[in-house]
Amino acid sequence: MSAFIGGKNLGLTIVLGVVAVLIALPFIGDNYLVRLATFLCLFSALALGWNFIGGYAGYPSFATAAFYGLGAYVGALLQNAGTPMPLAWLGAGLGCAIFAAALGPTLLRLKGHYFAVGSIAIVEIMRLLASIFADFTGGGMGLNVPILRGGPDFAGMVFLYAMLAVAAAAFLTTLAVDRGRLGFGLRCIQQNEDAANMLGVDVNAYKTAAFVLSAIFCGLAGAIYASWVAYIDPTDVFSILLTLKVPVMVLLGGAGGAYGPLVGVVAFMAMEELIWSNFLELHHGVLGVIIVILVFFLPGGLLKLRWPQILGRFRAGGDAKSEAKAAAE
Amino acid sequence: MDVQTLLNGLVLGGLYACIAVGFSLVWGVLNIINMLHGSFIILGAYLAFFAHAAFGAHPFLSLPFIAAALFGLGYVIQRGVINRVVSSPVLITLVLTFGLDMILYNAMVLGFSATPRRLALDMGRIDILGATLPLDRIAAMALAVALTAMLFQVLRGSRIGRAIVAVRMDRDAAALMGVRVPQIYAITFGIGACMAGAAGSLMSVVFPFSPAMTGLFLGKAFIVCVIGGLGSVPGALVGGLALGLIESMAGALIGPQEAVLAGFVVMLALLIFKPTGLLGKAGYE
Repeated sequence: MSAFIGGKNLGLTIVLGVVAVLIALPFIGDNYLVRLATFLCLFSALALGWNFIGGYAGYPSFATAAFYGLGAYVGALLQNAGTPMPLAWLGAGLGCAIFAAALGPTLLRLKGHYFAVGSIAIVEIMRLLASIFADFTGGGMGLNVPILRGGPDFAGMVFLYAMLAVAAAAFLTTLAVDRGRLGFGLRCIQQNEDAANMLGVDVNAYKTAAFVLSAIFCGLAGAIYASWVAYIDPTDVFSILLTLKVPVMVLLGGAGGAYGPLVGVVAFMAMEELIWSNFLELHHGVLGVIIVILVFFLPGGLLKLRWPQILGRFRAGGDAKSEAKAAAE
Repeated sequence: MDVQTLLNGLVLGGLYACIAVGFSLVWGVLNIINMLHGSFIILGAYLAFFAHAAFGAHPFLSLPFIAAALFGLGYVIQRGVINRVVSSPVLITLVLTFGLDMILYNAMVLGFSATPRRLALDMGRIDILGATLPLDRIAAMALAVALTAMLFQVLRGSRIGRAIVAVRMDRDAAALMGVRVPQIYAITFGIGACMAGAAGSLMSVVFPFSPAMTGLFLGKAFIVCVIGGLGSVPGALVGGLALGLIESMAGALIGPQEAVLAGFVVMLALLIFKPTGLLGKAGYE
C-alpha cells in the first residue's frame, strides 16, 4: 500500500516527523492548534480502529460510535467513582474489549446489509440505554467528569499526549497485524469468507479478534475524550454522524492498510476546517458533496491515485482536465 | 392491555407500514439501504405544510401531487447518481446515500428552517369500545393502509409491477427476458420516494416534524423492514403493525423511551435469529 507514496521508509518517516511535530506542539503552538491536533489523534485512533474490521476484514461496521460512547461512559463513571484517570481509561478499553468479544460472535454472523443495519442498531440501542438508566448515567442531562487540575495549557498537553499515545498504539498494532497471521487471515476473509473457512482460517475467531481490536482503540479514544471535554451526553458520544464519518475518512485515504486511514483523516479534517470556516450554514451539504465526489472519483482512496503520474503532468504543465481524468481512473 | 393501547398501536402501525414500504421495496429490489428515506418523508411533510399554508390545500388532497413530485425527485436521483454505483458493496452505496441525505437535510434546514412544524386539522374525536381516538389520526391511518394496498395491487397487476418483481427475483434473468433493469431501478426508487412523500404528508397531521427528525423515521423504516422481511408489501404491513403494537404496549407498560428501545431490540433479535423476517422468504406477490 505504501508503495504508492514511494516506499515503506518514506511513509514511516512522514509519520515519525508528524509525531515529532505533535510532541513539540504544546510548546510552540497555541491552544487552537493543540485542540486541532488532539482531534487529529482522536480521529486517527478511530479510523485505524475501524480499519481492522472495516478495512482488513471488509465488514461494513457502523458500530464505531457504540464503542466510542461505551468507552466514554465507562471511563467517566470509573473516574467519578474515584479511579485515577489513566486507570479509568484502561478500564474503558478493557470494558469495550469484553463487550466486543461478547457481541462479536453473534453480530459477525450477519453479512453485508444485515451486518451494516445490525451495527447501526447497536449504536441506537446503546444511546437509548444511556438515556434510560438516568440514575446511573445521568440520562439526557449528561454526565460531568472531574476537570483535570493544572490549568488549560497543562490539560491540553496531557490530553494531546494521551490521544497521541492511543493513535500511535493503534498504528503500531496495525503494522503488526498487517504483517502477521491475523492480517493475512482477515484479507482472506475479505476476499472470500467461505473459501477462507474451507482452507482452515478460523473465520469466527479472526473476525472477532478484528472487532475486539477495533473496540479497544475506539473505547480508549472515547474515554480520553470524556475526560478532555469533562461532560458527555448520550447524543454526543453515541452519534450516528460520528459512526458514518469514520468510515468515510478511511475510504478517503484508502482502506485496508496502515497509512490509508491516516491520510484520510488528515485530508478530511483539512477539508472540514476549511468548510467550517467558510460555509458555516452549509457545512452539512458541503460534506455531503464531498462524500458524493469521493464515491464517484476516488473509489480506492487518495493513496490509490497514481501520484507520480499526476505530479509528472503537473510539472510538465499538464492541464487540469487530464489530471481529473487520471484521478477518475 | 386495554382497547385504547391496542387501537393506538394499530393506528401508529398503519402509518409505520406506509413509512417503511418504499424503503423495503428499494432495499429488496436495488439491494440498497436508502439513507435518504427519512429526509424524503420530512420533505413530504413540509410540502404538505406549505401547500396548506400557501393555498389552504387540505393535506389529504395535496397528497397525490406531493407523491408525484417525490416520485420525480427519486427517479432523477437514481438515474443520475445512484445508478452509477448500484452494484457496489453496501459500504459504498450506504455512504453515498448518506452523503445525499446530508445535502437534502442541509437544503431543508436552509429552506424551511429547523423550527418544528405541525399541521393541526382537528377533525374531532370518536369513541370506539370505550377508547377515544382523534379522527384525523384514523383518517391518516386509513389512507396509509389504502396507499400500501394500492402499491400491492400495482406490483401484482401492472406490467411495470411485474417487471419490478421479476428484477427482485433474478436481475439477470429479468434482463434476458427484455426488462430494462436500469429503468426499473429508477422507477422502483421513484416509487420508494413517492411512498415516503405520501407517508410524510400523512404524518404532518399526526406528529410535529422538523428536519432533525429524519433519523427517527429512518430508524422506524429499518425496524419495520427487518421485522416484516425485505422487499415485500405484506411484510411491511405486518412489520409496521407489529412495531406499532410493540411501541404502544411497551409505552403503556414501561415508558416512552423504553418503547423505542423495544423496537430496536426486537429488530436486532430478528436480524440474528430470523433475518428473513416474520413472513419468511415470501414477497413474490
